[in-house]
Amino acid sequence: MIETALTDLWYGFSVALEPHNLMWVFLGVLVGNMVGVLPGLGPVATISILLPLTFGMKPVAAILMLAGIYYGSQYGGAICSILLNLPCHPPHAVTCLDGYPMTKQGRGGVALSVTVIGSFIGASFGITEMIFLAPALVSIAMKFGPSEVCSLMLLGLLAGSTLARGSPLKGVAMTVLGLIIGIVGADIETGTPRLTFGILELYDGVEIVALALGVFGIAEFMKSINQNVKFDTKYANIKLRDMWPTRTDIKQSFFPWIRGTMIGSLCALIPGTGPTIASFVSYATEKKISRTPERFGHGAIEGVACPEASTHSSVQGDFIPTMSLGIPGDTVMALLLGALMIQGIVPGPQLISQHPDIFWGLIASFWIGNIMLVVLNVPMIGLWVKLLAVPYKYLYPSALFFVCIGVYGANNDMFQVALTLIIGVFGYILLLLGFHPAPILLGFVLGPRFEENFRRAMLISRGDIWVFVDIKNHPISTVFVGLSAFLIILQIVLWLRRAKWGIRVPQVSATPSEAEG
Amino acid sequence: MQKLIRWWKRDYYAGALMIVLGLITAHEGSTYPIGTLNQMGPGYFPIALGVLLIFLGGLIAATATAGADSEEAALPHAEWRGWICILGGPALFILLGRTTGMLPATFACVFVAALGDRETTLKGALILASSVTVFGVILFHYLLKLPMPVLTWNGL
Repeated sequence: MIETALTDLWYGFSVALEPHNLMWVFLGVLVGNMVGVLPGLGPVATISILLPLTFGMKPVAAILMLAGIYYGSQYGGAICSILLNLPCHPPHAVTCLDGYPMTKQGRGGVALSVTVIGSFIGASFGITEMIFLAPALVSIAMKFGPSEVCSLMLLGLLAGSTLARGSPLKGVAMTVLGLIIGIVGADIETGTPRLTFGILELYDGVEIVALALGVFGIAEFMKSINQNVKFDTKYANIKLRDMWPTRTDIKQSFFPWIRGTMIGSLCALIPGTGPTIASFVSYATEKKISRTPERFGHGAIEGVACPEASTHSSVQGDFIPTMSLGIPGDTVMALLLGALMIQGIVPGPQLISQHPDIFWGLIASFWIGNIMLVVLNVPMIGLWVKLLAVPYKYLYPSALFFVCIGVYGANNDMFQVALTLIIGVFGYILLLLGFHPAPILLGFVLGPRFEENFRRAMLISRGDIWVFVDIKNHPISTVFVGLSAFLIILQIVLWLRRAKWGIRVPQVSATPSEAEG
Repeated sequence: MQKLIRWWKRDYYAGALMIVLGLITAHEGSTYPIGTLNQMGPGYFPIALGVLLIFLGGLIAATATAGADSEEAALPHAEWRGWICILGGPALFILLGRTTGMLPATFACVFVAALGDRETTLKGALILASSVTVFGVILFHYLLKLPMPVLTWNGL
């Protein structure tokens, strides 16, 4: 098993090291790192903007670059949290708690280097996990019939919407809304136009970039405009020589790195719990097992090392269900899956055998990309720090242009740009009403495949809905449905407890004001 | 100043919106052939999802008083200038992109959008719009060969 994995990995490196692909990986991590540093522009918006540009590229290069943006932005996001105390990238919100106090003590450089080393350890483990686990998952998933695929998707959708941020009920509603938006267009089997309201341009459905940029671009800009987040760059003057950690720093960070990596890789395996939850859990764990928990919040190096390692191992592990089962765990994964589908590649367990260049090339590119990121972040830290000072008032108008031209470029169709605007206004209303719109994209991407498989399962079982919980003939499907039921019951129990006792689940809060105190 | 609305009231609106969307979907779905569970027609899935969304909307509204959502809701101060400029920029891009080409469309889009920020000066917006236009035209027209003319006149 190890031997075949190494052979495949070797092949992957030969793909990823092709000069052409190497260039795209570099471009991806560079852009990712940049938007990670820039407060106010996230990886989701960036990937959606650049998605149309990849239509003309080879699938391998496209996916390598888009993935690079995602993990590259994680490195940049940490800089933003540690030096500016801005939790603008959710997975790095907890890093503010101890990272910023360290910066104020003049140890910001050390915090950054601990982050970079921890990130690399975490990412390496996450990649290794993917090398061995993904093929194993595939060998199980190859036996899946339509009913298993359906119940697995159900589980993925439920987990993605209930375990994410905000109210679980609203999360599920957003998923259903995403499924409904996914229906728009001609029906696959009969060709009947559905939910098009007579608009001819909607027959081909809603473009994934129009949806993503409406919700995560336009709506976010409408939310952030003139909010005047003032931040202080006076501590952010970090140079390379400030970054050398002492022997004590390394000793103090070593076990937090390992623990963070483990927590992150576990979180990656549970659908719906991505890097954000991993980082919160690992911060709480580290604080709990520490002999001096009172140091946390005042610049404890463990409070930076552990969550950062866990974020990165979870980010890499996130790719496992996406690439091996075709079930995305979060918004970014849904977008990447959308990118694959646009390239005409059917996601699912057959991906590894049908497109080994994509799968193994991607894994190899993770390592290459992470090494590039370490190189980019250590000697060039001064440059990134300068980027922090780019004000939002220059950022969003330029981003709006990229949104317009990106959506237009997807299909050379101005109608989709108008649709993006409408979705943006609607998305802003959803934000105001307390919805976290991330699951919309999950539902949108999985929707058509879910319906197709559901119809097929019903056809095979002659309309017997109980086929999904037929423990004798479909044990795997039954387990998935059981887990889904468990998730729902869990939420109801939690809700009843809250309603009865009036207590709220304690959360690690990381807003700048509270982190100050 | 930020006006606070009670979050349970907000959840009534949230639930109501979901119910309306569910009703629209289910109603549209019912105009297509529904079929049977064995042979599902194109209308089956939209109706099922619509009904599910109505149900969820009802639950969101019903649980509103019981503390399902722990977040405080702050209704932001209406930011009309920002909103209009953010939507106006892309709207001009669509209009000018169809009639006059990429160059004027890009310039207008960035210029108008930039004016949405209260701190932006006219001069600042002009400089930003000009530089993004130059960069955008070079990148998208000359390098990426997007089929959109730089300057043209198609009439309104």
